Amino acid sequence: MNTLIALAGLAVLILVLEIINLRKTIVPLTILGLLAALGITFCDVQILSDNYNNMIVETNFSKMFSSLFIVITIFLVAMSQDFYKEQYEKISDYISLKIFLLIGAVCMISFGNLTMFFIGLEILSITLYILAGSNPTKIKSNEAGMKYFLLGSFASGFILFGIALIYGATASFDLNTISNAILNPETPNFLSLGVVLVTIGMLFKIAAFPFHFWAPDVYQGSPTITTASMSTLAKVAAMATLFKIHAIFESYISEAFTVLLICLAIVTMFVGNIMALKQDNIKRMLAYSGISHAGFMMIALFNTANATAELFYYAAAYSFASIAAFAIIIAVCKNYKDEKIKHFKGLGKQNPMMAAVLTMALLSMAGIPIFAGFFGKFFLFDSALQSGHLELVIFGVINSIISVYYYFKVINQMYSQEAISELPETNHSWIYKTVAVLAILLNIAMGLCPSSILNLF
Amino acid sequence: MNVTFILLTLLIGAILTFVAGKKMALNVAVLTSLVALGLTAFNICEFQNGIDVSFQTQWMTKPNIWISLKADGLSLLMVTLTTFLTPLILLTAVGKDYKNPHKLFALVLFMAFAMTGTFLAEDGFVYYIFWELALIPIFFIALLWGSDTWEIRKAAIIKFFIYTFAGSLFMLIAFLYLYQKSGSFLLPNLAQISLTADEQTWIFLAFFLAYAIKLPIFPFHTWQANTYEKSPAIGTMLLSGIMLKMGVYSILRWQLPLTPQVDERVLNTVLVLCIIGIIYASLIALRETNLKRLLAYSSMAHVGLIAAGAYTFTQDGMQGAVVQMLAHGIVIVALFFLVEIIYKRYRTYEIKDLGGIRAHAIKFTSFFLIFLFASIGLPGTFSFIGEFTLLYSLSQIGWIYAILGGSTIIFGAYYMLKMFEDAILGKTNVKTFADLNSIEFLVLFVLAVAVIFFGIYPKPITDLLFFSI
Repeated sequence: MNTLIALAGLAVLILVLEIINLRKTIVPLTILGLLAALGITFCDVQILSDNYNNMIVETNFSKMFSSLFIVITIFLVAMSQDFYKEQYEKISDYISLKIFLLIGAVCMISFGNLTMFFIGLEILSITLYILAGSNPTKIKSNEAGMKYFLLGSFASGFILFGIALIYGATASFDLNTISNAILNPETPNFLSLGVVLVTIGMLFKIAAFPFHFWAPDVYQGSPTITTASMSTLAKVAAMATLFKIHAIFESYISEAFTVLLICLAIVTMFVGNIMALKQDNIKRMLAYSGISHAGFMMIALFNTANATAELFYYAAAYSFASIAAFAIIIAVCKNYKDEKIKHFKGLGKQNPMMAAVLTMALLSMAGIPIFAGFFGKFFLFDSALQSGHLELVIFGVINSIISVYYYFKVINQMYSQEAISELPETNHSWIYKTVAVLAILLNIAMGLCPSSILNLF
Repeated sequence: MNVTFILLTLLIGAILTFVAGKKMALNVAVLTSLVALGLTAFNICEFQNGIDVSFQTQWMTKPNIWISLKADGLSLLMVTLTTFLTPLILLTAVGKDYKNPHKLFALVLFMAFAMTGTFLAEDGFVYYIFWELALIPIFFIALLWGSDTWEIRKAAIIKFFIYTFAGSLFMLIAFLYLYQKSGSFLLPNLAQISLTADEQTWIFLAFFLAYAIKLPIFPFHTWQANTYEKSPAIGTMLLSGIMLKMGVYSILRWQLPLTPQVDERVLNTVLVLCIIGIIYASLIALRETNLKRLLAYSSMAHVGLIAAGAYTFTQDGMQGAVVQMLAHGIVIVALFFLVEIIYKRYRTYEIKDLGGIRAHAIKFTSFFLIFLFASIGLPGTFSFIGEFTLLYSLSQIGWIYAILGGSTIIFGAYYMLKMFEDAILGKTNVKTFADLNSIEFLVLFVLAVAVIFFGIYPKPITDLLFFSI
């Protein structure tokens, strides 16, 4: 709760700063504020300790994920300074929206009551709708905002419907009461319908098959920094929430539904990977690869008792690699209208450092050892085997192989030796490089000592 | 003093080489690799004096993973092969103008580091990491410094990468499965768990996929000739001289000990595949007109025999595999270097454009002949001992295997001598061919001494090997 209050205060403060004409200090102050919030969250500083009627429950799980979200937001905010240079008069709006996004994510992850969950979800979604459409001069951005809004509202509707049914069956929004009620054999049958509807809504949010159709268009159309937020912060928040909800209802849902979810996870991996093979736009490619990563993270759902740390590790590894990749993509594609993969041709020669960072980020996503992505996959596979789901591991491995192809397509482009004289000389802002390097260093550090993360749980 | 120092030397050497800049890179790289060789020799001496040079420390508690480097005879032999060949392979680059040499040589050392790690690791997980790490430098070496146009090269190299990566992931599943049973990745612990014959067969197959692609065994070989052809000389030597041996080593160290009760039929099928590979590769080599591709297929035939020997599950087969592995490593590196020398002079690998070199370069021709005979296993060379033991082990399984496997020697003699006749002998070539310079001479001389010395007196190697078995 302290985190939430601190963040909300920060978001309002940013808007105030704009009013009192301190626009230049917004980004540095926000980063400082976020660092403070990170300290509060991570070190469990209890300034106000009430339980707020069990609305927000702070567990180790929520603490760790909140910290991860804050770190991701710090990276995103740091990049905003340069990214919104052309719309600098609106920077306070954009930054505070990013903080609201963070608030939504934290709310979603630490709810103790389904109303709180829904509020968090809506804060997150509405901010994303705005951010997706935040480039009014670009038709694609408008399309992305509209599409995301329409489809997202449907998903929210499903979730609300589901919550209503759960309430009808258990007479409560409170998680404790609900978990007691599902043990009671007299609970009405339509509770399961509610659970299914909530799950469907969350599957939409993580862009799992067959609710993934919005993702490529929205990712491609949105401003790149919003895409970065969506594919890291929003996806991980939704995934962790789905995990939490699934853990609550796991004992209640039927065997058949679990089998269905397993199939969905496998198909999600395949759809994401196979569609990514043919893309020539890197944002679209990363959207599809994000879909397959969601499929990988769904593996954690089938061993909720033991896979918490594994899911966190995978999510963090994936987020840091994505942040690094997106920082480079923003820097490289700033001067182009679109984000074609061919723009990366010759980057290895022109700017070896950036090419190296992007290579490492992609290698991590592909799951090549020593990068955290590999350990993430490994831990998830391990947890799947623990619960006896060998099929998930085999299909996961096959998908890892497929994904190598398209990640290496980008790497090949960067080190291509064909004529690259037409490449415009650009001065890439140092901020993107710093963010990218820091993110990839975090990723490698996680890879070198994974137990330091796993032991936190 | 233990084996970690070899690894650290190579890793730090890779960084130093990169930092040293374009001019000094080669010197630094050669120096580091020589230091690594010295350390290896020192470790072997200590090992033979009964001092334990292994190293073990826990890396992660959950999952239970140890950085465990176990030095026994087999590992130390493989490490010796790596550290012995690395400086020589680096020296072959003298006088050749590679772009960005500091990056290239840093990658070579990094690859040597990863391969040494593979040979030493006793923890399945760490072993897997080293195994995969070795793939990244060779990918970039072949991609950035290779020959032919970008598109063709890229296709070949990507194919190679995806093939090997795919195979090794199945090995990872096998390891994960074993880990579930034993709660540890350490080889002694994995060997203790009792598995049903069915489970063993599946695990055998998962490992087999990884190693069959790496070696390669028919029908997983399609990446090989193209990759060898498109890689720069250094890359080809690393691939054929050392990286292939990772596969054979792993069969002996991991696959066979973990699956002693594998289904007889599966084992027979694998043996037959190896034999098919031998004959198939030999037949293609007969028809090849490109020197590098010819050597690639001859290498596949030889490795097929090594694998067949290892899969016989006999004591002789395993020893023969180790000896032949070392011999093949030395000989194939020398042959690829000789081919590279031809390329440096004449700018071609096509046999039909060559011929009549003997009169120009008598030293070159002599070395060529030595390694050619070593390659076909003439008595008195290192390969003879290995091939003989391997064929003997095959004969224990069935005469037909030994006869078919032995055809590699006959075929080998035919296509190698034919190649020699067409490429080296014949009417004196109108283009002059400068004889070996001092560095080239040195490299070939060291390799030739190794081949002949161990051919006559293999005791040091078998001694070291028996120390472990």
